[in-house]
Amino acid sequence: MQWNSVGEFFAMGGYALYVWGSFGVTALALAIEPFLLRKRQNDVLDSLRRERSADERQRNPS
Amino acid sequence: MQNKIIHWFKYGSPQSFYPLAGKMLPWFVVLAVAFGLAGLWLGFFVAPTDAVQGEGYRIIFIHVPASWMSMFLYLIMAFWAGLGLALNTRLSSMMASAVAPTGALMAFISLWTGALWGKPMWGTWWVWDARLTSELILLFLYLGFMALQAAIDEPRRADKAGAILALVGVVNVPIIYFSVKWWNTLHQGASVSMSKSPSMAVTMLWGMLVMALCFWMYSIAVALVRVRAIILERERTTEWVKHAVE
Repeated sequence: MQWNSVGEFFAMGGYALYVWGSFGVTALALAIEPFLLRKRQNDVLDSLRRERSADERQRNPS
Repeated sequence: MQNKIIHWFKYGSPQSFYPLAGKMLPWFVVLAVAFGLAGLWLGFFVAPTDAVQGEGYRIIFIHVPASWMSMFLYLIMAFWAGLGLALNTRLSSMMASAVAPTGALMAFISLWTGALWGKPMWGTWWVWDARLTSELILLFLYLGFMALQAAIDEPRRADKAGAILALVGVVNVPIIYFSVKWWNTLHQGASVSMSKSPSMAVTMLWGMLVMALCFWMYSIAVALVRVRAIILERERTTEWVKHAVE
């Protein structure tokens, strides 16, 4: 390993902006995409459930 | 005999693929995380400092995998779109739509990390050279595919229009790949070549390959989730979807 301290690791030999700018944005993108997808899946499931319960209420109104 | 054939084609229907995709998903998530951690460890703690680029070269561990994925995913998208066009199978077209946004994301990451790498090494964020320009066109092809599909109300017509755009755009993938050979570009040549031994340290190469595997697994996992959502959205009027949601 070539790092003598945590500070040295984060400094990236003077390339901190470029290296962390790359890894940071990539990490953010790969976190946001699954998050939005989960929301999309849940939205479809919710609307399907609502539709289903509306159907049931229509079929046997109490 | 007959049984075998039916069994194989069974997964071509959205109804049977939906639960299968759900079952496959956790495996790809676990593999993506595992390869990601291993790749980051190799990339930051095992791979040595580069003699010329210092620590700045470490961008390679996401830049190259993302660039590869942006091209692979395009081929996969075009393959599914073409299959959907030729055989008129719904699931194939849904797969193509499920891959597109992730492909666009990979193209974006490739360009973004490329800009952040270009600035310290070439002194510029962007140049209109063949490699960079053709990769930008790839991003626009993905966005165009998505926009075209979103603009057409009827899903089957949207599939067909998208498929034609995807298939025409395939010509751009070899252009990206060979751009560094065909033209005199600022961008360096291929990092990994089939014909000669790699020009970089073995640990750097491993870090890159493991990260590429992580990106592969991530892309498959995300595409599976998206195709499941698309299946539900498009098949919502069918009986099986109504019963699938309890």
